[in-house]
Amino acid sequence: MSAEPITDAVFADVPNEPGAPKPDPILIADDVRRAFGGLVAVDVAHVEVQRNTITALIGPNGAGKTTFFNLLTGFDKPDSGTWTFNGRSMEGVSPTKAARLGMVRTFQLTKSLTRMTVLENMRLGATQQMGERLWAAPFRFLWKDQEADITTRADALLERFKLDHMREEFGGALSGGQRKLLEMARALMVEPEMVMLDEPMAGVNPALKQSLLEHVKGLKEEGRTVLFVEHDMDMVHEISDWVIVMAEGQIIAEGPPDFIGSNQEVIDAYLGAHQNTDLGA
Amino acid sequence: MNWSQILSNSLYAAFNATAIGFCLAAIGLNVHFGYTGLLNFGQAGFALVGAYSIAMPVHIWHWNLFACIPVLIVMSSIFALLLGIPTLRLRADYLAIVTIAAAEILRLLVSTPRWVKTTGATDGLQNFTGDFRNSIPFDRPRFNFWKTPITNYDLWVMICGWSLVAIFSVLVWALIRSPWGRVLRSIREDEDAARSLGKNVFAYKMVSLVLGGVIGAFGGAMLAIGNQSANPITFKTELTFFAYVIVVLGGVGKVKGPIIGAMIFWMVISFTENFLAGATDGKGFDLPTWLVDNKNFGFVRFLMVGLGLVVLVVFRPQGIFGDKREQAFDVR
Repeated sequence: MSAEPITDAVFADVPNEPGAPKPDPILIADDVRRAFGGLVAVDVAHVEVQRNTITALIGPNGAGKTTFFNLLTGFDKPDSGTWTFNGRSMEGVSPTKAARLGMVRTFQLTKSLTRMTVLENMRLGATQQMGERLWAAPFRFLWKDQEADITTRADALLERFKLDHMREEFGGALSGGQRKLLEMARALMVEPEMVMLDEPMAGVNPALKQSLLEHVKGLKEEGRTVLFVEHDMDMVHEISDWVIVMAEGQIIAEGPPDFIGSNQEVIDAYLGAHQNTDLGA
Repeated sequence: MNWSQILSNSLYAAFNATAIGFCLAAIGLNVHFGYTGLLNFGQAGFALVGAYSIAMPVHIWHWNLFACIPVLIVMSSIFALLLGIPTLRLRADYLAIVTIAAAEILRLLVSTPRWVKTTGATDGLQNFTGDFRNSIPFDRPRFNFWKTPITNYDLWVMICGWSLVAIFSVLVWALIRSPWGRVLRSIREDEDAARSLGKNVFAYKMVSLVLGGVIGAFGGAMLAIGNQSANPITFKTELTFFAYVIVVLGGVGKVKGPIIGAMIFWMVISFTENFLAGATDGKGFDLPTWLVDNKNFGFVRFLMVGLGLVVLVVFRPQGIFGDKREQAFDVR
C-alpha cells in the first residue's frame, strides 16, 4: 500500500492556517467554548469542515478533541458558541436530533450493545422504521417488509465489514477490534451525511486496521463526510485529506497531512517547545 | 401430616389472587427493569394506585366497578408521568430513590386518619366488589381446587385474573419482538448508543414506565379484588421486592419469567408454611422443637425461602428461562 497522501484538489486554494475557510463547508463552528471548572477544555475560535472529504482531528492527550466531538453531536452543552451543520444551527440540538439530521458519531470506548446480537445491533441503526412507533409495534404486518429491507442492508454492511460470520452472536462476544467495526457499520445504517469517528483505530490489530482504513475511504467514495479523531499518525497520513490540530482546547494548525508533519507548532504541541533546550540539569 | 392437602394448598397458592396480583406487578416490573433497565423500586406504589383507583370511585360515588378501569389506567399513567418527568433524564439510581419514596408517600397518605371517609385509613376500603360478585357466571357457590375448597368468587377472580395475565403477556411479547422493543433493549444496554443512532431515549423510557406502571396497577387491583379489601398493608415496599424476586426467579427480560416466577414463588411460600405448620402441630411427624416450633415457623419459613433464593442466584443466576449466554457479559 502506497503512503501517497490523497489530498483533494478542493484544498488547493485553502491556506494552511487555523480556521481556514473552505470552499463548501458542511460544518462550521464559531467561538465554541467549554470549561470544566477552571479548566478550559475547548475554546475553538473558528473551524470549517469541507464536505465529502476525510478530515482528521489530531492533538496530544487532553487537547479537547473528544469534548469537541461531544459538543458538536449534542452529547455535551458548550458554555458559549454556535455551530451549523448543512447551514442549520445546531445550538441546543439533542444527540437524537443531531443523528437524525445526518451527523452520526461513534465512541472512543465502543458502545456495542452486549446483550443484543450483532444483527440486532445493526438493525437498530436503521431510521424511519415504522415498527419503532408504539401503536404500530404490535402489528407485525405493518413493519415486516421494512424489516426485511433493513436486514438486507444490514447483511450487506456486515459482509463488507467482515462480520457476517458473527451475525447471530451477542455483541458482547466480539473482540475489541470487531466492536469498532460493528460500531462503524451500525453508524452507517443511519445513512448519515457526516460520520464522526472517535479513535477508530484504538485497540485494533494491524491486519484489521488495513481493512478499517479501506472502509473509511469507502465512506468518502459514497459521498459522505468523515471527521475522525486519531492518534495513529500512519492512519492520518494515509487516508486524510486535511488535518486539524488541537492543543489545549484550541485549533493550532490546519493543513494537508504533509504540511502538518513538518509544522513547528504541531511538533511543539506534541513534544513541548523546549525539547532541545538544555535545562542545565 | 396430610401430604396431599399440603400439596393441594401449595398448588392453589400458585394460581390464587395473590399469585395473579404479584404476577401482573412482576410483568410490569419486567417491562421496566428487564427490558428497559429502569430501576423502579416503587411498583408497590403503582399497585396501590390501581387498587384505590377502583375502590375509591365505587366507595365515594357508587360507580360501577368496571367503569373504574379507565380511572385506573389514567391514574397510574399520571403517577408514571409524575415520577418520570423529573427523573428519567437523570441516572438510573435517581429513579430508584424517587420511586421507592413516592410509593411510601402514597401508602402513608392513604393510611392517614385525616381522610378516613375517603380512603378508610389503615382499615382500608371494603364493600367495593359488589359488581364483580354480580358478574360471576356460575350458580354453584362452592368448588374444589383438588383438595382445597374455594368459592365461586375465588374461581371467578382466577379466571379474570389469569386472562389479564395472558392479555398483558401477549401484548408485552408482541411489543418486545418488534423494532420498538429493540430500541427499548438498546436503552437497557447503553443509552448513549441509542441516542447516537437517533433514538429518542427519554420518550421510550417514559412510555415504558407508563406501560409497566399500568400493568402493575392492574396487579394491585386484582390483589384488592381478591382480598375484597383495598388496604395499605398490602402495598408495603415488600410487594416491590417480592415482585423483583419473581422477575429474577423466572428470568429477567423473558415474557414467561414473571408468570412461572410468581407461580413458583407463591407455591414455595405456601408449601413451606403448610409443611412447617404440619411439622410443628404435635401430631404424627414433627420436626425437633429446638429447630422450629409452632410459635416461630413463620419466621423459619422466610429463612428457608431466603436460603433457597441465595442458592438460585448462585447456581442459576439467569433464572429459570434466562439465557445463560447473556449472563456471560458484564452489563456495565
